[in-house]
Amino acid sequence: MVELVISGNYAQSYAAKLARVHVVSAYPITPQTSIVEKLAEFVASGELHAEYIKVESEHSALQACISASALGARTYTATSSQGLLLMHELLHWAAGARTPVVMGVVNRAVAPPWSIWTDHTDTVAQRDTGWIQFYGESNQEVLDTTLMAFRLAEHPEVRLPTMVTEDAFYLSHTVEPVDIPSQEEIDRFLPPRERSATLEVGTAMRLGSFTGPDLYMEFRHKIAAAMGRARDVFLEIEDDYARLTGRNHGGPLPTYKVDDADTVLVTMGTATTTAKGVVDAMRADGHKVGLAKLRTFRPFPVQELRELAGGVDRIGVLDRSFTFGAAGAAFTEVAGALYSLPQRPVLRDFVAGLGGRDITATTVREALLDLLTRDGPEAAWVELKRRDGGD
Amino acid sequence: MKQYEVEEDLPEAPIATTPSDVIHTASWRTFRPVIDLKLCTKCNVCWKFCPDDAIGFDGVGFPVIRLDYCKGCAICAEECKPKAIAMVKEE
Ligand code: SF4
Ligand code: SF4
Repeated sequence: MVELVISGNYAQSYAAKLARVHVVSAYPITPQTSIVEKLAEFVASGELHAEYIKVESEHSALQACISASALGARTYTATSSQGLLLMHELLHWAAGARTPVVMGVVNRAVAPPWSIWTDHTDTVAQRDTGWIQFYGESNQEVLDTTLMAFRLAEHPEVRLPTMVTEDAFYLSHTVEPVDIPSQEEIDRFLPPRERSATLEVGTAMRLGSFTGPDLYMEFRHKIAAAMGRARDVFLEIEDDYARLTGRNHGGPLPTYKVDDADTVLVTMGTATTTAKGVVDAMRADGHKVGLAKLRTFRPFPVQELRELAGGVDRIGVLDRSFTFGAAGAAFTEVAGALYSLPQRPVLRDFVAGLGGRDITATTVREALLDLLTRDGPEAAWVELKRRDGGD
Repeated sequence: MKQYEVEEDLPEAPIATTPSDVIHTASWRTFRPVIDLKLCTKCNVCWKFCPDDAIGFDGVGFPVIRLDYCKGCAICAEECKPKAIAMVKEE
């Protein structure tokens, strides 16, 4: 193990290198990031023996990974915002073909207006594609989760593509000390992938062939069942990783000071770190507040949320995306997960930090104080610059 | 051919072992391309432009339309410089 001071982007690159990926395919122009640039350096210097395929679009980048993955290669790509949106069709293909592609995504706002700053709309909009989704809070978590993502995606009980996301700039371009496990450790944790799970070299086979109404549902149900198994498989993998490295990031819904909390804020990504500080300060003032982080968005941590919500009076969701015509995506998911509880907490949505606007300690504190004192409105855009100032 | 009845019979990923050309996909064509070999220069342009890979070649290099797959879109006729391809209405 060595400690390096690196960005979230390089944390992704180092993880892919340690995973000994066979194929990296990427579109090298905007909105691409230094993730694949660093991987290109690793390949050029001989530190990583991988096929590096440069293509003409993100759509093709993912197709190259799907094809290689169907033959048994360990594959990796990375993208962001509009690039991810261009991949949308192929995201469905990767999941439907059950190819365990791993992808790093830098969470960036979607245009127009053009923006390069953090926002979860790009990945949240892909929640129905059958990809497992992790949201990172620190560069260390990004590296560790990416390594675990390969094992999870390739697990015979799962076989689903997996994306590990990181907030633009807060992680992608900010450097922090990151422990890099040794190659020997990772070789033990993540052995080479079995040769082919889907297609065989030399045998005529066709992937994704035509299926009639008599069996289409059954294929889709297989994906649903695999997603259902992913939670337990991931917990095992994280235990194993913790034994190896001493680090456990807390499963699909890590919590902070929730044991005696009557009010809990649900967060995603880097806003969590800010919110932890606010929780500490508000506890010093006597408020019993706590925090739960949606580390996985797919599979959605329904079980963990229900266990948590059973004991609290109020839940607020801090959303860095908005589903037009409804509410923040995390809020609608949390609400859906909790509806069947016999006693439901007051539930409110705080939409904040879109397009990279800073979610400061004050943002979080105001939201929490509002949550403690008011039952509505159900969904509010916070710190919106409007003449009437209202929500 | 193997019969699948329930989910448990199915492979995890949807794979077929027969090539897709067993499915003839051109039954709805309205016009068919007909090549006048006297005008054809064997330039291969029609083959390059056919969006359905419905053009092959005979033993001496003349294009042959595979009518089981040709949709009658007329792109080949449009692209053929010597105008060797005519679109003829199906009976
Ligand atoms: S494009 Fe016309 S000239 Fe060229 S090979 Fe085809 S039919 Fe012949
Ligand atoms: S008509 Fe269209 S489909 Fe048929 S051979 Fe010409 S280009 Fe191909």
